[in-house]
Amino acid sequence: MAEVLVVVEASQASGVKKVTLEMLTIARSLGSVSAVVLGGPGAAAELAGKLGEYGAEKIYAAESDEIDGYLVAPKATVVAELVKRIQPAAVLLGSTQEGKEIAGRLAVKLENGLLVDAVEVAGDGTATQVVFAGSTIVKSRVTKGVPIITIRPNSVTPAPQAATPAVEQLTVVASDTDKLTKVVERVAEQKGSRPELSEASIVVSGGRGVGNADNFKLVEETADLLGAAVGASRAAVDSGYYPHQFQVGQTGKTVSPQLYLALGISGAIQHRAGMQTSKTIVAVNKDAEAPIFELADFGVVGDLFKVVPQANDEIRKRK
Amino acid sequence: MNIVVLVKQVPDSGAERTLSPGDNTVERSSANNVINEMDEYAIEEALKIKEAHGGEVTVLTMGPERATESIRKALSMGPDKAVHITDDALHGSCAVATSKVLAAALGTLNADLVLCGAESTDGRVQVMPHMLAERLGVAALTGARKLTVDGSQLTAERQTDEGYEVVTAATPAVVSVWDTINEPRYPSFKGIMAAKKKPVQTLSLADLGVSADEVGAAGATSAVVEFAKRPPRSAGTKITDEGTGGEQLVAYLAAEKFV
Ligand SMILES: Cc1cc2nc3c(=O)[nH]c(=O)nc-3n(C[C@H](O)[C@H](O)[C@@H](O)COP(=O)(O)OP(=O)(O)OC[C@H]3O[C@@H](n4cnc5c(N)ncnc54)[C@H](O)[C@@H]3O)c2cc1C
Ligand SMILES: Nc1ncnc2c1ncn2[C@@H]1O[C@H](COP(=O)(O)O)[C@@H](O)[C@H]1O
Repeated sequence: MAEVLVVVEASQASGVKKVTLEMLTIARSLGSVSAVVLGGPGAAAELAGKLGEYGAEKIYAAESDEIDGYLVAPKATVVAELVKRIQPAAVLLGSTQEGKEIAGRLAVKLENGLLVDAVEVAGDGTATQVVFAGSTIVKSRVTKGVPIITIRPNSVTPAPQAATPAVEQLTVVASDTDKLTKVVERVAEQKGSRPELSEASIVVSGGRGVGNADNFKLVEETADLLGAAVGASRAAVDSGYYPHQFQVGQTGKTVSPQLYLALGISGAIQHRAGMQTSKTIVAVNKDAEAPIFELADFGVVGDLFKVVPQANDEIRKRK
Repeated sequence: MNIVVLVKQVPDSGAERTLSPGDNTVERSSANNVINEMDEYAIEEALKIKEAHGGEVTVLTMGPERATESIRKALSMGPDKAVHITDDALHGSCAVATSKVLAAALGTLNADLVLCGAESTDGRVQVMPHMLAERLGVAALTGARKLTVDGSQLTAERQTDEGYEVVTAATPAVVSVWDTINEPRYPSFKGIMAAKKKPVQTLSLADLGVSADEVGAAGATSAVVEFAKRPPRSAGTKITDEGTGGEQLVAYLAAEKFV
């Protein structure tokens, strides 16, 4: 069976990311799964256990300080060399900033097609994408070269399947042009113990209706009671209520959680673009005509400063 | 500093968008087309750098003839001139082919700095800056929320899921920007009038030495095989809070097994 490469996404804090487990799950239906770990020395050993649990039969480990010290280019070079050598049936990457960037360089290096933001990949490599603010479903194929496909987080439920991966070390040879952009600092901004926005199964978002930065504590309280991530509308971000990396929508993150709770959000089309495919949508808004109610499975017309504290108390009671 | 800003014309993301049933490409002919929003931030950043360090700003667009509307609009913000790559053979070009064409044009423009949006609202592919950097053999600093220029040294703050990264490189470089980087200016009346007289050079594939079979549907490395409208979500229960809205909300969440 041909190999399928899964380019592993992991974070320092929490190890293998959920999107990686989803990719491993999808990859198993396409061929024999090989995970590619790109990181500093020792990275693969740390992640191998989890990757094996989800069916990685092989791990290619590219471990070098050059991988971490420069922006994506050395990673793309390593993956391109590997693709040329083993001719995989497909290459899967996360539909994240970095995953897309590696994919882009890979496509140019190999003069190869790529598809981004897939939510499903069929056995023949056909990818399903949800586009235009969630209004349209397309099926696409790579028609030249190996399918290079980025997978949108929260597309499938990760399913374990035990394997014992063999580890093969790759030599990292980064060219001078791969080393043009240096990463001089990585700064973790506080997020506490909340799940990552694009991977969370519940997202509680606040909009302009939340009123000010301080009031976002109420949104955070609901989120913490539900084990959720916090999101924000663009208006809330532009008004300085909440940091930009939590913005949901057209110019922010696309999320697809089991539950999306919209508090004080009107539901403009650009916001919908980032949350329309959530399984269940619940909204609280004092304007009965707000467009968010057109897609809410459960809507409360009311003042969020009354409804949300009451809901928070009620959740506490039920726990 | 010689700056080129990449500007793409896209269907307005605030209106209904669709694909053409004929060839499954983005329907652009009947759409209400606008400048890709993120590109306006790239234009603003280019103008600020020119104001601080001197130089020239050129807008570069690949798009059908009607993309000239967007080019004039971009020029009305303040750039000096524009280059418009247009050729019927380009219709249906994939990202890989688009990067080949844009890179060929950039090769003739001698830019110290190429600025572009972090992503376009139609494809949301987010790959163009790295594809171009790869083809041109120059540095890429992507997803900038802050950019500092010090002589030929560029430093960008790049948003990440965990926080941000600080990345540096020397020019020549491609820098893509998020909408958090600045607040684009509105074109003034004077700017709009001036834009009408600014030079717009039109280039065909032949001018760039790119062969027609490398682009468009003929050279596409991927294809949309089918598309369908997603059934619109229908509204569910809507209640009005009369004192127990929060409790009812949680009762719903409990019924759906979220609490
Ligand atoms: C929803 C969607 C998702 C897609 N996802 C991906 C993806 O993940 N990766 C990927 O690589 N491709 C993707 N594609 C592209 C796809 O695979 C095909 O390559 C094909 O359908 C081209 O689509 P297009 O709509 O971009 O083409 P077009 O609408 O023809 O546009 C392509 C480019 O050519 C320009 N253009 C059009 N006509 C002219 C002209 N006369 N002169 C000059 N320029 C012109 C346009 O401005 C645009 O920049 C996607 C397409 C769609 C519609
Ligand atoms: N046809 C085009 N003409 C000019 N610039 C483009 C074109 N396509 C993409 N770009 C630029 O590349 C950025 C990222 O686009 P994308 O990778 O398509 O999401 C956009 O914001 C534009 O600045």
